[in-house]
Amino acid sequence: MYKKIKSPIISLEKINISFNNESILKDLSLAIKEGEFVTLLGPSGCGKTTTLRIIAGFLTPDSGNVLFRGEKINNVPAHKREVNTIFQKYALFPHLNVYENVAFGMRIQKKSEQEIEKKVSEMLKMVNLSNYIDRNIDSLSGGQQQRVAIARALANNPKVLLLDEPLGALDLKLRKDMQTELKNIHQKTGITFILVTHDQEEALSMSDTVVVMDKGRIQQIGTPEDIYNEPENAFVADFIGESNIIDGIMLEDYRVKFSGREFDCIDKGFGRMKPIDVVIRPEDIKVTTPENGYISGKVTSVTFKGVHNEIIVDVDGFKWMIQTTESQEPGDEIGMIVYPDDIHIMNKSSYSSEIGDYSAFSDEFYEEQHQKS
Amino acid sequence: MKVKCVLYPYLIWMGIFVIVPLALIIVFAFTSSTGTFTLENLIDVGRYSTVFLNSVILGIISTVICLILGYPMAYFISGIHIKHQNVIIMLLMIPMWTSFLLRTYAWMTILEYNGLLNKLFTFIGIPKINMINTPGAIVLGMVYNFLPYMILPIYTVLSKIDHKVVEAAQDLGANQFKVFTKVVFPMSIPGVVSGFTMVFVPSVSTFIISKMLGGGSIFVIGDLIEMQFLGNTYNPHMGSAISLVLMVIIMITMGIMNVLDADNENVVI
Repeated sequence: MYKKIKSPIISLEKINISFNNESILKDLSLAIKEGEFVTLLGPSGCGKTTTLRIIAGFLTPDSGNVLFRGEKINNVPAHKREVNTIFQKYALFPHLNVYENVAFGMRIQKKSEQEIEKKVSEMLKMVNLSNYIDRNIDSLSGGQQQRVAIARALANNPKVLLLDEPLGALDLKLRKDMQTELKNIHQKTGITFILVTHDQEEALSMSDTVVVMDKGRIQQIGTPEDIYNEPENAFVADFIGESNIIDGIMLEDYRVKFSGREFDCIDKGFGRMKPIDVVIRPEDIKVTTPENGYISGKVTSVTFKGVHNEIIVDVDGFKWMIQTTESQEPGDEIGMIVYPDDIHIMNKSSYSSEIGDYSAFSDEFYEEQHQKS
Repeated sequence: MKVKCVLYPYLIWMGIFVIVPLALIIVFAFTSSTGTFTLENLIDVGRYSTVFLNSVILGIISTVICLILGYPMAYFISGIHIKHQNVIIMLLMIPMWTSFLLRTYAWMTILEYNGLLNKLFTFIGIPKINMINTPGAIVLGMVYNFLPYMILPIYTVLSKIDHKVVEAAQDLGANQFKVFTKVVFPMSIPGVVSGFTMVFVPSVSTFIISKMLGGGSIFVIGDLIEMQFLGNTYNPHMGSAISLVLMVIIMITMGIMNVLDADNENVVI
């Protein structure tokens, strides 16, 4: 007997969609489990919002299936789907007050006034807006409007909550607070959350699963730790956090060559003498004297970032980024130490040639410095 | 300070062409031909209450017809591609480039007993209908002339409604009909109110249309006022009093509309 596997709540199967002959999503397949907090992460134009709109029912894919608990819902219109959306700019009803905004969905369903009142006050209590029940939408701040939008969407008891860059319009401090709040609401309600964002930090700190997208394709699906520590290709490594991506050759299992030197590493299974990309995170590089370092180079710029200094080091023309608490001066010769644990090997991809070192970065920095002086 | 300087010509214009005439009307309305203060003129206006009633009824009928015709039109225009929107708005405006009088004359030739329309009826074997010089002709003239003033403000409001709000309503379970009744229409009420005002005010006070298309079948306030200033019964004091009462009626109507508008902000239809 096979163990019965719980079917995912939302599945996308080989979705293709194009606008004006431009392909936006290419064979996109994705399964989202019940109760999961999934984030679609990618740069603008990667197709993440399109994916969300397909799930919401505002767009119909050209080909492929959208399944809700195993049932095809391609042609089910938005108003009949058991999903609710929190829109980017909240899209609250300006002609209704806070109470009526939250009650909107229930009024459509013709719920009793008692039931509506109970649910509205429950929802507003959850988002800490109980005192704003009679207020006009215009009189609320951005953060408060955001909370009304959350309450309005949740008041409908959705099976899946879609969040389209909900925090994009808020300032940094408020955004952090709302991140925590949304995470709490997710835990409290147990509803499946699908969040769209271009903010990698937001994605890493909030989600159970991160789906990294670019050019209409999924680049990697994994836990935030996986995505950060084991990026699958140069795009993911570059998009999530800072990374030094270096051309290298996998000599054999656990042995890699780059920057003119051989290193021990912990990856295997790439074959012998295979060209690969090496990722080393800036914070994993230890600074030492040139004699003690595995690789040595010249510091070209130092930027103070608060917690650490960000140093750009020129190693035979390749610019590395290092984040260190030690202070260096531009022009210093330094050595760099990298431990096997911190060397991550990726297969070559179409991104390998596009994504290089930090020379562009230091040029920009140089120009900025000159403009200031 | 700069802004204030720019305002001066406008203020002077307003002073000469709005405030002064208004003051003159008030002065004339409250004085007799010998220049002494009197309420007689205003009291005499009561004699013309049927004329006022006729005018208001014709005005309301035309305005309501404009609303019924104009709202769907505005809704349709706001829903199509922006390029086509501009073309249609242009088409709506073009007739307004022709003189108002000329267009009304055109209707005379169409509606006359031996006019275009009746010729067409005879041609297809329908008996001639007496159309000109009826209240219906007046209403037609008003609707024809003032319809753009209903469509434009409603269109402006409708086209400004964020499509995301419509999507939000769909997302919360509203079908197309519910989206309209619960979101789009309530949000468009300011446009309806200003359209209503922009059609009702000229409809109530017009005299050209009733003169040309009504042919004296219905006597409206406009005719009455014209008669006091240009007609046989030359009496600017009486004319001013009638104008003043008309202004008050219009102001009351607008006040009612504004109250309705304000109420609607918190009322679910």
